[in-house]
Amino acid sequence: MTNHGHLDRRSLLLGAGALGAAQLLPSNAMAQTPKRGGAFRVGISDFATSDSLDPTLVETQFSQHLQWQLRNNLVEAGPGGKLVPELAESWEGSKDAKTWTFKLRKGVTFHDGKSLTPADVVHSFNTHRRDGSKSMTKPILAQIAAVKADGPDAVVFELIDGNVGFPALTSSVGLVIIPDGDTDYRRGMGTGGYILEQFEPGVRSRVKRNPNYWKAGRGNFDTVEMICIKDATARANALLTGQLDAYNAVDPRTVALLERNSAVRINRVKSKAHFAFPMMVDQAPFASNDVRLAMKYAIDREEIVKRVLGGFGSPGNDHPLSAAYEFYDGSIPQRAYDPDKAKFHLAKAGEASLRVQLHVSETPFSGATDAAVLFKAHAAKAGITVDVVKEPEDGYWSSVWNKRPLCTSRWSGRINDDVLLTLGYSDTGTKAGWNETRINSPRLNAIVAEARKEFDTGKRRALYSEAQRIIHDDGGSNIFAFADFLDATSRKLAFGELAGDWMLDGCRASERWWFA
Amino acid sequence: MHGVLAMIAQRIALGIATLFVISMLVFLAVDMLPGDPAEAILGQSATPASVAALRQELGLNKPLIVRYADWTAGMLRGDFGRSLANDRPISELVAPRLGATLSLAALAAAIALPLGVLLGILSTVHRDRALDRVASTASLLVISFPEFFTAYMLVACFSVGLGWLPAISLSSQGGFLETLTMLALPALTLSLAVIGYVLRMTRAAIMGVMASPYVEMARLKGVGPWDVVVRHALPNALSPIINVVIINLAYLVVGVVVIEVVFVYPGLGQLLVDSVAKRDIPVVQACCILFAATYIGLNLLADILALLANPRLRRPRHREARA
Repeated sequence: MTNHGHLDRRSLLLGAGALGAAQLLPSNAMAQTPKRGGAFRVGISDFATSDSLDPTLVETQFSQHLQWQLRNNLVEAGPGGKLVPELAESWEGSKDAKTWTFKLRKGVTFHDGKSLTPADVVHSFNTHRRDGSKSMTKPILAQIAAVKADGPDAVVFELIDGNVGFPALTSSVGLVIIPDGDTDYRRGMGTGGYILEQFEPGVRSRVKRNPNYWKAGRGNFDTVEMICIKDATARANALLTGQLDAYNAVDPRTVALLERNSAVRINRVKSKAHFAFPMMVDQAPFASNDVRLAMKYAIDREEIVKRVLGGFGSPGNDHPLSAAYEFYDGSIPQRAYDPDKAKFHLAKAGEASLRVQLHVSETPFSGATDAAVLFKAHAAKAGITVDVVKEPEDGYWSSVWNKRPLCTSRWSGRINDDVLLTLGYSDTGTKAGWNETRINSPRLNAIVAEARKEFDTGKRRALYSEAQRIIHDDGGSNIFAFADFLDATSRKLAFGELAGDWMLDGCRASERWWFA
Repeated sequence: MHGVLAMIAQRIALGIATLFVISMLVFLAVDMLPGDPAEAILGQSATPASVAALRQELGLNKPLIVRYADWTAGMLRGDFGRSLANDRPISELVAPRLGATLSLAALAAAIALPLGVLLGILSTVHRDRALDRVASTASLLVISFPEFFTAYMLVACFSVGLGWLPAISLSSQGGFLETLTMLALPALTLSLAVIGYVLRMTRAAIMGVMASPYVEMARLKGVGPWDVVVRHALPNALSPIINVVIINLAYLVVGVVVIEVVFVYPGLGQLLVDSVAKRDIPVVQACCILFAATYIGLNLLADILALLANPRLRRPRHREARA
């Protein structure tokens, strides 16, 4: 993988693939218009026996796909993070961004024929907000003071504080709309493009097309079957033998092999997912910013991207926003591997020889151990001894992450800049147990709160830019890579621009794709 | 015959006691794993509040001993309880998985066991000749390959290369023939591993008997090699052969997790692994109990069959020391 010619050939191939698709369009104008029919079979790597249709408990990508097959949100996150009206035809915020009114689409019915009403929306949001709810979306919804129906086709949200990004929040998967009073989630009742036929958690699911689906050109397949496949080789084999039409999470090492098969297409999408070695800024020795800087200069990001991600990614710059976020600031200089600078900062911190323990398992991302071992080798040249401590895969998030001063972490990305910075880097995030570096910068807290209320895009950009610089210069995040999403599909499938917020077109492949 | 019945009853009682001990061990082991079900189910997004809410709902705040007692009492009533992870009745989760595992094991056994025993007998008959050597080398080779390797080789050959058989074995409610096609590769993988063992053990058991004076006598009388092996040696080598056949049968039910993962076959082993990851204690318990019951039950069967096959074993006092 150190061969640059090889990488260039691959990007050439990807380019050629895109060209091929583009050429297809004029000669076959029908391809533009989605076609109905066919049985879509997709293999998913991320699932659990605990998967359910309970919207308060959507943890895996499998359940995320299933939710969006059966149900809709008020707003859909389209490719490039653009907000697309879904069950809400339009929305409007008050001047202080505290009151948001969503106008509901008319003529939408649930699978059982019941019409969509504001009461359904209120019930769906309150399902997360009620006392004793175990919802993971609850912390995000804490900003809602009240949600109520306004006439026959509108819903009003009163927020405690202004939030310009509120409409984007409503696109998160937990906030799918279920019928008023519904608590029997196993029925999978919703307004979505497909109707539930079969669901065995940890094994598979099967849905059939909703003949009354309200969206034109969406929900095109006759049936969609999802199959849970943990083993990457088994996923690849199943696609190669035609038992699957698509699968997610291609092993980067097998991309070259798969591309030899002319019936297979590899979709490479820039994502928001980032990998990090977070350092807790309130723990020794990372309380000193010079130690943190030494650690950040002591890692060769390029090499990790090349070796661990097989080149399918890009180096991180010690702040969590990638180019996939609206307010990413590309003007911040990329931090590069520099053992001398690392030594300089180490000396400034008064640490002659630093020795740290890095806790790692493959749970955050596959290849995490390799990344840690590479880091150990890089850091040795800067006089830093990194002891790699291998932790069990099970229970990693609960007993290692957010507990150890230095460990391995992955963030899949969030709906917008505000949610990511709020959860990961503000005092709100600390309270919710998400602030993995424990950064507590009054200025950063203020920026996040201020930018949330700011309608002026230019001002928001300036604020978020400052936030990125604070985290880059002063934070405890050693964010070394952004991963690309790699999915494999049959060439029989057709689709438009792919979304990068989750694998397989933002977990909405079943809704957006079709057989050409 | 009365003595035999008493011995059988004694062994069954011992089996039940073993099951009870195993249930306690499993419960303790799962409880000692790091992390708890509420956190495992909620994953990285767990907040302290949501974990507390889920713990409350799952009844995890009760002491260990109370939870264990509740569970055992339920089991004795034939109620496996509900899954912590998805609140479905465990019997509903486990039944199709057990059925899947058993059908795969049955198919593999139907191929491997008769073939293994037959090849073992043929090897003794053709001792030290070409067939014996080939069988011996081949079986050693197949035993030495890790199963996932055999599995991938078969998939590369029969699925990706020739396109005859499916690479993953998740049938979509097909008929008998489709089910058989789906099961073909995993069953073949398992068979290859098992045939080797059965062949070698059968051969060794018969060889042991072949050294006895009465076989020598038969040979001197001019009995042909096939008759010597099948009519004179085999009946006396039967109990070790029954033993190895049944232990392999137990292995086919209990030890196939890797195969289930490679072929995406929704068997009991995979359910067990997935449930451990989610700390779904009742499901782990149920799977372990089923596995343990299978193992204990089959061992019991092996003992009983050995008793019936070898009259000398029925009189423990006069039992001879056996090599």
